[in-house]
Order: sequence, then structure tokens, then C-alpha cells
Amino acid sequence: MAELTPKERMQIPRQEMPAQDPLERRYNFNEVALGFDFETARREAERCLQCKNPTCMDGCPVGVLIPQFIRHLREGDMAGAVVAMKERNSLPAICGRVCPQEVQCEATCVLAKRGAPVAIGRLERFVGDYELARRTCPLVRAAPTGMRVAVVGSGPAGLTCAVELGRRGHQVTIFESLHAAGGVLIYGIPEFRLPKWIVHAEIDYAMECLGIEIRTDHVVGRTITLDELLADYDAVFLGTGAGLPTLLNVPGVNLNGVMSANEFLTRVNLMKAYLFPEYDTPIKVGRKVAVIGAGNVAMDAARCALRLQHMRAEKEGGEPGQVYIVYRRSRQEVPARAEEFHHAEEEGVIFEFLTNPVEILGDEQKRVRGLRCVRMQLGEPDASGRRRPVPIPGSEFDLDVDMVIIAVGTTPNPVVFLNTYGLERTKEGTVVADMTTLRTTKPRVWAGGDVVTGAATVVSAMGAGKVAAADMHRFLCGEFSESEWWPAQVEAPTAGA
Amino acid sequence: MYTILKKRKLSDVTNEMVLDAPHVARRARSGQFVIVRIDERSERIPLTIADYDRSAGTITILFQEVGKSTMQLGTLQEGDHLLTCAGPLGNPTRVDHYGTVVCVGGGVGVAPIFPIARDLKEAGNTIISIIGARTRQLLIWEDRMRTVSDELIVCTDDGSYGRKALVTEPLKEVLEQRHVDRVWAVGPAIMMKFVALTTKPHNVPTVVSLNPIMVDGTGMCGCCRVLIGGQVRFVCVEGPQFDAHEVDWENLLMRMQYYKDEERLAVEHWKEHRCRLEQAEQEAEKERHRHG
Repeated sequence: MAELTPKERMQIPRQEMPAQDPLERRYNFNEVALGFDFETARREAERCLQCKNPTCMDGCPVGVLIPQFIRHLREGDMAGAVVAMKERNSLPAICGRVCPQEVQCEATCVLAKRGAPVAIGRLERFVGDYELARRTCPLVRAAPTGMRVAVVGSGPAGLTCAVELGRRGHQVTIFESLHAAGGVLIYGIPEFRLPKWIVHAEIDYAMECLGIEIRTDHVVGRTITLDELLADYDAVFLGTGAGLPTLLNVPGVNLNGVMSANEFLTRVNLMKAYLFPEYDTPIKVGRKVAVIGAGNVAMDAARCALRLQHMRAEKEGGEPGQVYIVYRRSRQEVPARAEEFHHAEEEGVIFEFLTNPVEILGDEQKRVRGLRCVRMQLGEPDASGRRRPVPIPGSEFDLDVDMVIIAVGTTPNPVVFLNTYGLERTKEGTVVADMTTLRTTKPRVWAGGDVVTGAATVVSAMGAGKVAAADMHRFLCGEFSESEWWPAQVEAPTAGA
Repeated sequence: MYTILKKRKLSDVTNEMVLDAPHVARRARSGQFVIVRIDERSERIPLTIADYDRSAGTITILFQEVGKSTMQLGTLQEGDHLLTCAGPLGNPTRVDHYGTVVCVGGGVGVAPIFPIARDLKEAGNTIISIIGARTRQLLIWEDRMRTVSDELIVCTDDGSYGRKALVTEPLKEVLEQRHVDRVWAVGPAIMMKFVALTTKPHNVPTVVSLNPIMVDGTGMCGCCRVLIGGQVRFVCVEGPQFDAHEVDWENLLMRMQYYKDEERLAVEHWKEHRCRLEQAEQEAEKERHRHG
């Protein structure tokens, strides 16, 4: 292809992501977004202006070398694109699928001002998938340092930290409480958004390249304590996420048919309950399901429920039913990734905006028979900068539902902190850490990801894993000692987020 | 992979297994449980740790075949492996010198009450144990219980062995006749509920070990939540032992019924599968004879 002028580049339309038909995909758990082919990927790559001072990278929590990998892709040099990508991101096939690019790299792309940024996420996925299928660019391990590191949790933060330390030649062991590695990538994000074989393949490949051992079935706090890990290892990273579901504080929360999104998604994703009885874990889905909340987890739960309803209708006949998303703010404040919100609407999820649940109603058998809600209006901006929703007096009404899934957030699981001392936490349950180094108040323990910030995104957790790994590496190389844990010998930081 | 080192059938439906699981055994204490999985398609099955041997790195589990998963578990033999064994989970028993403690075990609940009684005995308590089962065949670990009890009362619902009574009858008599400082009870939820009702008028602090439906068993899903004194509590991380008088038994019993239809379906599916498997094996056998 001849070299294009910037004007010509800007005339190329942003390439659409091919996707499974919205009406068809309600009947299966197959991936929705199908991925670019080579021609489409190159056409999209041609849109990149290769800015002298690129701003796209500013929006990436792990600092992916975006212009470089796109340039290689554009030139048809896939090997070069893969090397440029893996320089900063060891899990591109995952990030390309789950990052909220519209508020990160694509938001800071110069073309965003003209309305259509380069589809960086889709290109990242293309490069990630290419590498995953061929495995031509193994992660390289530096000469062994003899230092041993324990990483607690195998989600995005822990995996990234492990990979970064492994690359630098340290011996890393990951402790995972569940039977499979991946954390939220495995138990939380559904198959149709992030196929599990991709998670397994990315993790296995990285672990194999770097000689990292993953010990599943190890619940730190119970099976082994943090203090025991400190006795056995030179440094410890806590990447245990925010796994404890917040339940609604309304009457009826213990009725049959009320569950946390974590439970619903764990049954579906980790335990493959959508294949019951071929798989042993059962799942029920109501005829009319209300999902409370409008974040990514709520969208995932709603779309899983919708699929289970359609698969049931296909098998047993009858109407599939309805899935509602009940959200106390308006459409503009929806915190989910734009693509997930769009896909949920396309598939037929019904949105009840400016609506808040006040009571879950039960029948004589203590099963859900409805959700009492109140309509809301937006008042003054609150601490988050979003306008605070306030109830409209007298606007109560009952939504006819037989199942309620609660997706209003999660906090760190406290089990990991059992039988350990000196690790300060906030009243929200997050670990207190210095935000530039991610050192905690306990020497030789670093923490990052949701366990420090509260529930956030996959890629921000990966970013934290990288930041911690860099500081841990300095410690392991002897650049500072345990006695210099707080450099200025002043007080420990007090804020977690 | 966790190897089954020993397997013993205690009745047609009751199985005792010793598992090679050093990571669990090293910190296991009475009152705690493990989550096991058989193969890739298994659910996560919570089972109480009935005994442990730290130096051998083994734990003992005991289960009755009541649903698909436990039926499948029951088909495994010595030398077979489990895919998952996570633990020890839950809080251990709060062992102290209380004085006189009554330990009540019903059905397979006798297995988890055993290490609790042993710990309490070692702490200097006088142990009166009451164990029961529906019928003689289902009664387990009488001998073991005898070794840790100052007094042992055995009963069966049908009178086929020991006294013909529910465990709550001798419990009531003991409470009426002497001073009791604590009661511990493990068994079916309905039995524990009636133990709570029996001890309540005597104001004897009573601890039960709850067994609700769980998924991950690590505090992640909240499926096992119960109401304790009106508060939502997660059995997997905050329990499994709670003050029996604070438990909302109706809520627990109701929540345990939620997947009843699916459980029945899973058993049917499993039996059909076993049937086909056996048929295929018989066919293969015949085939071998024909050619041999």
C-alpha cells in the first residue's frame, strides 16, 4: 500500500467490529465480538496518524507502545507488532477484549476530538489473538536472581506482577484460592465476552515461559497465613481483588431467588452451570429477572440471565421472559463499558433508569414475587462528581419479577488478612498502600489492584501489578532495605485510594 | 490432585475416606471444612474435616450418598484422585474449659462432632455425648465417640439399636437432671433446630455447625448466607459454627430447598449415565467372551 497523507488517513472510516447477530446470540454463550480479519485490521491501522507526540499512551494504565505496534501492523510486520505489544502488556488478548478503551487510550487518541478515534482495543485484540494462535514471541526470563516472591491471587493484578518479576529473573509462586487461575477473568467475566480458553492459554503460556508455579486450592489466611509466606519468601504481593459482594440493605434480601451477581456469575462462568446437568452446578433463572446496578458486572449478569432464559425457551418452549436493569441514576451515568451497555440494549435487556429498590417482596414460600421500587431524580453533584439521585416522594411501584440479582459492588475479601498483624486497612476494607510504590504498612508486603482501590477495572489492576513489581524489583536488588521501608521515616500513608 | 489413600464403606450409603492433602492437614482444626471436586464437571462440594493427621499430611472426610455428587464420590476407590481439595475453611471450634459439655451428633453429623468432642475433652471438659441415626445401619463412629466421651448415649429413630428415641429426648433429660455448661450439635438442619429449641428453655449456650448450600466456600458468592440474630452472615467465612439460639432456622431450611428440583434432575441424569455405562461394560465383556 502506498504511503497515505494524513488527510487520506482521516477519510478512512473507523472499522466496525464484526459481531454475532443480537437476536441469535441470545441463544448461546459464544463470543459476541468476532474480531478483525487481517485486511480490516490493516485498514484500521492505516487510520493512525503516527503522531510525533502521541497522547494515546497517556490513557493506558500499562503504557502499551501503541503507535509502535500499530506501525508494525500497518506495515504487515506481525512479528514486530507482537514484540512491541508484549514489551508492556503480557496479556493483550485479554485487554483487547475487556479494557474500557473509550475512557482510556481511545479517549486520548487525537482523532477522538474528531469523533472517531483509532480502534486501538480492536487492534490490540487482533495482535493478541495472532500471537496466541502462533506463540512466536515467548516472554524471556532474565538470569535467576535467587530471590523468591509469593503473589497472592491470580487475577489481573497478581498475574501481571508475577510476569513482571518473572521476567526480571525472580522465582515467583502464585497462591490462588479457587481451583482455576485468573480471578475475575475466570469467575466474573462471561464466556461470550472473554472466552475461557483464551484466559487459560494466556496464563499457561506466560507461566510456562517464566517458570512460575501456581498453587491452586490455597486460601491465604486459612491454608497458609501471610506471616508464614513472609517467613518463606523474600517479598509478597497481595492482589486478592474485591471479591466480597455487597448486598442490598432492604427487607427480603434473604428470600429464595435473591442472589449476588458474584454467585450468579460464578455459577455460570467458573462452574459452567449453563451446561447443567452435563456439569454438576445448577442454576435457576427467573421468568422476570431484575438486576440491580449498571456497572460491567450488572451488564454481565443481565446478559447471562437473558441467555439462560432464551436457552430454556428453546428447550422447553414458552416465552423466554424479561430481564430488567434497575439503576438509580440515568443513562448518562451508566458506569459500564460502552460496548457492554450497547450490547445489552441490543439483546433486549430492559433498562429502568432513575429507579431504586426499597424492598424485595416474597410469597408464602418465601420466594421472590416482586421488587418494590421508588423513582429517583438527579439532585446536586455528590463526592464522585455525579449528580446525586434522590427519591421522588410517593412514586413507589412494584416491578413484577421472580428473581433479583444484586450487582451494586464488591469489597475486598477479609479472609486473606486472618491471622496476620501490622497490615493497615481502611474502614472500607481496602489495604492502605503508598500509591507510588504500592508498599503496604507491613514491610516486604506490597498490594495492588481492587484490594487497594476497591472495585475497578482489569487493566488498572494490571497497571498496579506493574508498579508494585518495579518497586519490589528495586527491593530485591538491594536498592533499599526493610528498615528504609518508609523512605523519609515519616508516618505511613493513611489513604488507600 | 489429591489421592484417596483409604476408603471404607460404613453403610450402603456412608463412606469414609482418608485423603492425601498435606496443605490442609498442617493447619486443620476441629470445626473446619474443605471444598472438594471430583473432576472438571464437578460442583464444589463442602465436607467437614472429620479428622486429620498432621504428620502424615492426611485428612479424613465422611459423607452420605444423598445427591449426584456424593453418589459419584462414593464410586471412587483407593488410589483414585480428587481434582480439588481446598481448605481448611471456616473458623475452628472455640475450645475452652467450660465444665460439662453435651455433644450431639446426628447421622453423618457424628463425624464432625468427633474432633470437637475430642478437643473439648482435651481441654478438660466433662463430655456427655449423644449420637443418633435413623437406623442401626446408619450409625457411625460409636467406638471413636466412646474414646472421647465420659458418657455416651446412643439412639436410633426406629429402635434398631440403642435407645428408640430422637437425640433431643435424652438431651432434654440430661438438661433436666444436671448442670450443663455448653451444648454442641451437628447434624441435619432440622435436628439442630430442635436441639436449639430443647436447650433454649434451660438457657444453655448452644453451638451448631451449619451446612447451607455453598458455591466457592471462600466468601465470594454469599449463597451460604444465613440470618443470625437478624443479621446476614456468610457461613463459609464467619461460620460454620454459630449460636443456635440466634439462627433463623426457617430461613435456613427454606434456602436449603432452593435447588431441590435440580438436585433430583441431577440424580436421574447420573443414574441414567451409570446405567448406560454398565450396559456398555457388559456388552464389552460379552464381546471379549465371544472372541476369547
